[in-house]
Amino acid sequence: MDQFNEIINTFFFIILPYLSIFTFLLVSIYRYRSRSFVYSSLSSQFLENRQHFWGMVPFHYGILTILAGHLVWFLFPKTTLLWNSVPLRLYIMEVSVFIFGLITFTGLINIIIRRRSDKKTRVITTTTDWIVLILLTIQIISGLYVAFFYRWGSSWFASSMSPYLHSIFKFNPDLAFISSMPFMVKLHIISAFSIILLFPFTRLVHVLVVPNPYLWRKPQVVRWNWDRKKIRDIENNSI
Amino acid sequence: MDIRSQISMVFHLDKCIGCHTCSIACKNIWTDRKGTEYMWWNNVETKPGTGFPTKWEDQEKYKGGWELKKGKVVLKSTNKVKTVTNIFHNPNMPTMDDYYEPWEYDYKELFNSKESDDQPTAKPVSMVTGEYIDIKAGPNWDDDLSGSPIYARNDINLENLTPEQKKQMFEIERLVMFYLPRICNHCLNPACVASCPSGALYKRGEDGIVLLDQKRCRAWRACISACPYKKTYYNWSSGKSEKCILCFPRVETGQAPACFHSCVGRIRYLGVLLYDADKIEEIASLPDEKLVEAHRSIILDPFDEKVISEAKRNGIADSTIDAAQKSPVYNFVVKWGLALPPHIEYRTLPMLFYVPPLLPVMSAQDGDTVKNINNEFFPDFEKARVPMKYMANLFSAGNESFIRYTLEKQTAVRAYRRAVTVGDIDMKDAEKALLKADCSKEEAEAIYKSTSLSTFEERFVIPASHREQAIEMYEDPLKLKQETGFGFKDKPKRGL
Repeated sequence: MDQFNEIINTFFFIILPYLSIFTFLLVSIYRYRSRSFVYSSLSSQFLENRQHFWGMVPFHYGILTILAGHLVWFLFPKTTLLWNSVPLRLYIMEVSVFIFGLITFTGLINIIIRRRSDKKTRVITTTTDWIVLILLTIQIISGLYVAFFYRWGSSWFASSMSPYLHSIFKFNPDLAFISSMPFMVKLHIISAFSIILLFPFTRLVHVLVVPNPYLWRKPQVVRWNWDRKKIRDIENNSI
Repeated sequence: MDIRSQISMVFHLDKCIGCHTCSIACKNIWTDRKGTEYMWWNNVETKPGTGFPTKWEDQEKYKGGWELKKGKVVLKSTNKVKTVTNIFHNPNMPTMDDYYEPWEYDYKELFNSKESDDQPTAKPVSMVTGEYIDIKAGPNWDDDLSGSPIYARNDINLENLTPEQKKQMFEIERLVMFYLPRICNHCLNPACVASCPSGALYKRGEDGIVLLDQKRCRAWRACISACPYKKTYYNWSSGKSEKCILCFPRVETGQAPACFHSCVGRIRYLGVLLYDADKIEEIASLPDEKLVEAHRSIILDPFDEKVISEAKRNGIADSTIDAAQKSPVYNFVVKWGLALPPHIEYRTLPMLFYVPPLLPVMSAQDGDTVKNINNEFFPDFEKARVPMKYMANLFSAGNESFIRYTLEKQTAVRAYRRAVTVGDIDMKDAEKALLKADCSKEEAEAIYKSTSLSTFEERFVIPASHREQAIEMYEDPLKLKQETGFGFKDKPKRGL
C-alpha cells in the first residue's frame, strides 16, 4: 500500500508538475512563434450579449483576485503566516477568499449555462472548451471546499504548498510538505497542474497575450513595408 | 512637415443607381467564408434610412469615433483604463442581432417535398446554427423603403431638423431617396486602430490602407465599437476581426478594387492624395464647424514645388507624386470642392468623400394626382429636395454652406452644358449661374468631363506599388488559394 501511495504521489506531484510546466513553456512559445493566428480569446459576445455579461465579468474578476491571492501566499509565505497568526485576521482572509471563490463559481456556472442554452454559442463551443470548463469546475469546487471546511487554506499554502513549489522549481522535489494533505487539497493541486498542462492547447492562451503594450503605446499605429529612403534612392538611380 | 500618400476615394452619389453590384463583387471575393457571411465590407444603404448595422450612426448607442474632452480628442468608447475594465465584456458592442443572422435556403425541399395542393418552398436555414429560421432582417432590409415609418423616420440625421423641414422631408420621401454605398473610409485618424488593445490594426505607411493583422488580433473586440462607421466586423467563427482591405492585392498590381471595378454607374473614383501627417491631431481636435475646411487643408497641393521636394525627401516615389497630380480625388475634393467627407464630426478624418446628390423633385402629390411643381429644368433645391440640413448632418457636420456650394456648382455645370449642347437655356443665364457657383467655364468643362466621360484610367489613378520593396507581395497569391485572404497562412479554424 505504501509503495502504491508512493507511486501515486510521484506521478501526481513530481511527474505531472514537471510535465505540465515544460509543456506549458515549450508548447506556448512554439505555438506563439509558429502559429500565432490561434492565439485568441475566441470571444462569443457577438452572438450573445446579455448572459455573456453575467458569466464573463464575475468569473474574470473573481479568478483574477483569487490568483493574485495565491501568488501572494506563494511569494510571501512568512508574511502570510504572520498575518494569519491572529485568528480574526485569518478568518477575514479565508472569508474574503471564499466570497471571491463564490463569485468566480457563479460566473463559471453562468458561462456553462450560456454555452448549453444559447443555440448560436453552442455551435462554436468545441470539445476543448468543454474540457477547460470541466477542469475549471473541479478546480473551483475543490478550492471552495478547502476554504469552507478547512478554514486555514491560506496558511497551508504558505507553510506547505509554497515550500513544495519552491522545491519543484529548484529541481529538488520534496513531497514531505504535501503528502499528508487531505484529498481535496491534493485534488486542487492535481487539477491545477492539469490545467497548466492543457493550457497551451486551449483557448486559455489568451491569458498570455493580455494587451499590456496598449497602456503605453501611441494611439495610431503605422507600419511600413519598405524602407522609405531606399525607395527614393532606387527612384533617383533610375531617373 | 511629414508628407505621406494616401489612396483616397470619391463616390459620386448623383450617379449611384443602388444596384448593389459593388457589394456582390466584394462578397464574392472576400466574405463568402464561414463566419463572414453576415459581413458586407461594401454595402449600399437607402437614405433616409437606418442603414447597416441598424442605426450605425447612433453614437449614443455604439459610442463609435472620437469626441472632444477639454479640447483633447479622445475615443468615445474606450481609453487606457476602460480597456482593462471592459476587456471581459464590451458594453457597447453591436451583436449579430444589430446586423442580421445570415441564412441560405433548403433547396432540396423543392425537389423532395411530397405532392400537395401548395407549391413547395425553399425554407430559410440559418448559416450559424443550421436550423430553420424566420428571417427578421437582412443586410439591405430597408432597400428602397425610404417612406417607411420604421426605417426612414428613425434616421439619426433627421434629429435636429425643424418640424417644417421634417414635414417637407416626409412629404417628399415618398418621391425621393438616394443611395449611400459605404466601404471602409481608410481614415487618417482611425478610431479602430487607436482602440485596438493588441495593436493588430494598423495603417500602411505607403498608401494609407488600414489593415487588420489576423495574427495579432486577439478578439478583444474594441475596434467593433470604436469604428463609428461600423466597418470592422467580428468573424464569429475564427474569433478574429476583419475589415475592408481596399483590395490591396489588386491595388498593388495596378487594378482597381473590386467594388470600384464593377461599379455600373461609374460613381467611383480612386486616387492618391498627399497629406501632412503632423497635422492630424491638431485638425481632429478642432470644433465641429471647422472640421470640413481643416480636413481639406491637410491635403497638400501635389503641384506645389515645396510639397514635391518635401515629399521626395520623405521617401515618396516619383510615380506616387505623378499619380497624385493626376488624382481625380484631388480635383473633386480640393480643386472643385464638390466632394465631402461622411460624418466628419466623428473626427476620424475619413478619406472617402461623397459628392452629394442633387435629388431634384419635379412633382408633388396633389390629392390623388401628381402635379408638376417645377417648370424649370433645375428646380430650387431649397424647397424641392431632401432638406439641406439633412445632407449637412450627413456630410458636413451640420454646416449647410458646404452642401449649398456643391449643389449650386453641380446645377450650374448642368445648366451650362445644357446651354452648350441643347441650347434651350440661355448661355447668358448659364454663365450667370456659373459665376454664382464660383465656377469658371474651364472648370465646368472639367467637372463635366470627369463626371460623365471619364475613362477607367482617369477614374482610377493607381500608383505603382514598388512591390520590389514590399514584403507582402513576395509571395505568390495563388499559393494561398483555398485559405483565407492574403497574408493569412493558417487555415481559419477556430481555436487550437
